Formats: sequence, structure tokens, C-alpha cells
Amino acid sequence: MTETAVQTFRIAPKQNGDTEARRLAPHRIVLALIGLGLVAASIFFLRWDWLPNYYGLIAQGLWRTIWILAVTCVLGFLLAVPLGLAQAAGPAIVAVPARAFCTIIRGTPLLLQLWLLYYGLGSLFPQYPWIRESELWPYLRQAWPYAVLALTLSYAGYEGEVMRGAFAGVPKGQLEAARAFGMRRFTILRRIWLPQAIHRALPTLAGEAVLQLKATPLVATITVIDLYAVASRVRQDMFITYEPLLLLAAFYLVITGVIVFLFRRLERLIPSKLG
Amino acid sequence: MTAPLATAVSADPLHPVTSEQAEAIHVRDLHKCFGELEVLKGVSLTARDGDVVALIGGSGSGKSTFLRCINFLENPTSGVIRINGEDVRMISDGHGGQYPADRRQIERIRSRLGMVFQNFNLWQHMTLIQNVIEVPIHVLGVKRDEAIAIGEQLLERVGLSEKRDVYPAYLSGGQQQRGAIARALAIQPRVMLFDEPTSALDPELVGEVLKVIADLAKEGRTMLLVTHEMKFAREVASHVMYLHNGVVEEEGRPETVFGSPKSERLKQFIRSVS
Repeated sequence: MTETAVQTFRIAPKQNGDTEARRLAPHRIVLALIGLGLVAASIFFLRWDWLPNYYGLIAQGLWRTIWILAVTCVLGFLLAVPLGLAQAAGPAIVAVPARAFCTIIRGTPLLLQLWLLYYGLGSLFPQYPWIRESELWPYLRQAWPYAVLALTLSYAGYEGEVMRGAFAGVPKGQLEAARAFGMRRFTILRRIWLPQAIHRALPTLAGEAVLQLKATPLVATITVIDLYAVASRVRQDMFITYEPLLLLAAFYLVITGVIVFLFRRLERLIPSKLG
Repeated sequence: MTAPLATAVSADPLHPVTSEQAEAIHVRDLHKCFGELEVLKGVSLTARDGDVVALIGGSGSGKSTFLRCINFLENPTSGVIRINGEDVRMISDGHGGQYPADRRQIERIRSRLGMVFQNFNLWQHMTLIQNVIEVPIHVLGVKRDEAIAIGEQLLERVGLSEKRDVYPAYLSGGQQQRGAIARALAIQPRVMLFDEPTSALDPELVGEVLKVIADLAKEGRTMLLVTHEMKFAREVASHVMYLHNGVVEEEGRPETVFGSPKSERLKQFIRSVS
């Protein structure tokens, strides 16, 4: 084993007093004041009188955005695990379709996928009486199932690729040790391979979840009233453009912050030194 | 070596004979090819309970491959392998190779062979104690409390009690390897398999690992040991096999093999490593 010796030196000062001083550095105070000023200015000089009328709608839109995000991320990830595993270790009969799926999803715009599903499938289904008579019809005639499906497939496609890399990146010795002790294949996957792959993929998954959040406004194009659709509604009703968009930006920023925070917590559950 | 007094029959199918001298591993005429390259050209070995067999030889001699064939991390191309008195059934793959007919049988056999790797291969996402109890709980079906109690004893034996809840990445190579030995001991193995256990260690850490292995040899554990540590092999082994180019060039008691080697190659090999 050859390892190059690397000279390390501290870049950031370490003492507590120093960090304190950095936090209160003059340029930071100035920037913070400018930020506060901007917020105050937008509160005082822009029009917010419409806001109370839309509380209910905003809450609904917010809730819809959040559950669509959560559901599609969870379902998408559940699909991504077999997609990644098939590509990393599966025989050609599953690896090729999995790769094809990921390539198609990643190679086409999400907006296109959404419209193909909604306007394509959505207009195909009513032509078959047995579908219209089925139990599922009350759902299939609404827009949100298509939104959830499209976003789920999209997340699965991207994460399938991430999980492929994560599965392949787990050192062979880790799996060999499991085999050498007589573990069954499924036990190896459940106890060794998947946990290590997920841990490797977590930072990427966090980023992808944020991207997924920012993909959700597309569902407004197929009549699902999410947070973004509320802002458009305000613009149409009140001829106010700027304020709802600012509010929208603030909401998305906060949700992003929450996602990043949650993933950090998740990452901290396992020590970061792996492999 | 006296003939085995194999009379008592155990109810446990893995340990059909409980005599001190029962055959733990029996390998006859083992061949292994990687494509065109024949790495093992008919190697045979019989290890009885309590034997410590040291496999020595230059790099590429096939000694590690031989060890890995015994727990089927590599599928032998041909040959007979009997472990714990159980013949391993193989099926031809139609391309001149073969693979185990019954994966469950292989898994059962493996779960009684404690493997220690050159690169330790402790599971990185588990603490030391979690590594040690993993196989007992999830393969052998031992109860958690029981596995932890045994695991703690084993960690104490290898001198790692205070590292119980530490992740492998925060341990030195020597500590990781001792932890890996504890993990292998936790399955109460019939045979311990060591695949160059000290080759990846810094020189100053080799001693602590060898000491643990020597203690195991002293208490009469059956072991197969692939090693480059000739002095150590001479001290702990009851039987030494010198492999060269996939054949057993010479074997016997350590004092004979090291003291008065017959083959020219072995003489040369001993000179080159000492």
C-alpha cells in the first residue's frame, strides 16, 4: 500500500473566541442589516392586503406541495433501490431494462413526462368503459395521481442511477466477509449492502430531494393546486405579481432548509468514515 | 499421528463425530482454474481437530486461493472437499467448472468456518460489538443478550473491551484485525481460516495479532493459516505445507520442513524470507 503523505494545516481558526469574532465581523453586520432592510422594505412598501383572503388556499397549497414531495421521494426511493441493485449486480435481463428506464427518465424533461402521462394516459383511459367502471376511476379522473406518478418515476430514475453507484461503491471485502460467514443473500443485502449503500448515497439523496421540491411546481401545469399554483391564482385574481412570488420564494427556501436539516440529522446517525 | 478414535456420534449434523481427532477438513486433489490459468494443480489436505496447518509459499503459489476454496469464496474447478464430515455436493456448470449444488449447505458450512481476512473486512457501518454479534444473531439465530454476553467476553480476550462501541474506521489495523478475530470466534467455529492476517499491518502492529493467534493455537483450536511469518508458522503450526505453482512441494512437521528442507525450491524460499 502506498499512501502519499499530505501536509495538513488548519484553514479556519479554531478557538471559540475567534468564531465569535467572525460571526460579528463588520461586513457580516452590514450584510445582515441590508438583509433585514430588504425584508422590512418589502413588508412596508409592497402590497400584502390580499394575504388574509388567501390564508386557506396558501395552507392547502403548502400542504399539497409537502405531501407530494414526501410521497414521491419515498415511493421513488423504494423504486430506486431495486433499479440500482439491478444495474449494479443484476443479470442482463433486469439490468438492461433498469438502465433503459433510468436513461429515458433522465434524458427527457420532467414537464414532458408529466404531460405525456396526464394528457396521454389521461385521455386514453376514458375510452375504455371497463376503466371508467372500475374502482380506480374516481382517482384516475383527477390530476394529482398523474402528478404523483410522474414525480415518483422521475425521482426513481435519478435515484436509481445514484443507488447503482452506491451499491457498486461498497467495497467487495465487506460483502465477501458476509458471504464467508454464511449469510444468505437477502440477509447480506438487508444487513450489509443496503445500509452501506444508503449511507454512501445520503448526501446525494439530500440534494436530489431539494431538486425534487423545486420540480413540484410543474404539477401546477396539470391543474394540481400546489403552493406555486396559489401564487398564480393571486396574480390572476388581484393583478399582483411580485408579492406572491416573493412569498413563494420564502416558502421554498424554508422547506429546503428543513430538508437539508433532516438529512443532516440522518447522516449524523452513522459516523461519516466509511470504506 | 494416532488413528482417530471416532466412536461417539453427536446429534448435531455439523459435528457428527465428537472425538478429539475427528476430521474437520478433508480436501483431495483440488484443482482451480481462472480461465486458462491453473492456479491449483491437485492439492490435498486433511486437518483434524486441534491441528494448526500453516500454508506457506511465494506470492502466486495458490495458497490464498486454496484457503478461499475451502469456504467456497472461490468455486474449485474439481476435487473433493469434505468439511465436518460432510461432502460438499457440486454441479458441473458445463464449461469445465462446477458450483455448489445446494447453497444452503454452503451457507451452513461457512457459518462454522471462522474466516479472518488480510484486510480485516470488519463491517464499517457497525461498531465492534455489533460486528461481533451480527453473525450469531442473523445467521445462527442466537438470542441478542446471549450474543452480546459472548461478544463482550471475546472482545475482552482480544484486548478490545474498551473499544466495544467504536466503529472500525477509528481503530488501528492491529485492533481491527483482533476485532475480526473476535468476530470469527463468535460463531464458535469448527475451524479458523486465516488469510494472511498480518500482511496488511504496519510492522509494529503485527506482534499483537500474532499473539492472539498463538493463544488460540495453544488452546487447541483447529486452524488453517496462510502466512508469510515463517518464524511464527514454525512456532505455532503442527503441520506446514509449502505450495509452489499450485502444487504441494513439501509438507510435514514444522521442524522438518524448516529444519531440513528437501526440495531446492523450499530451501531457496526459506533463505529468501528469513
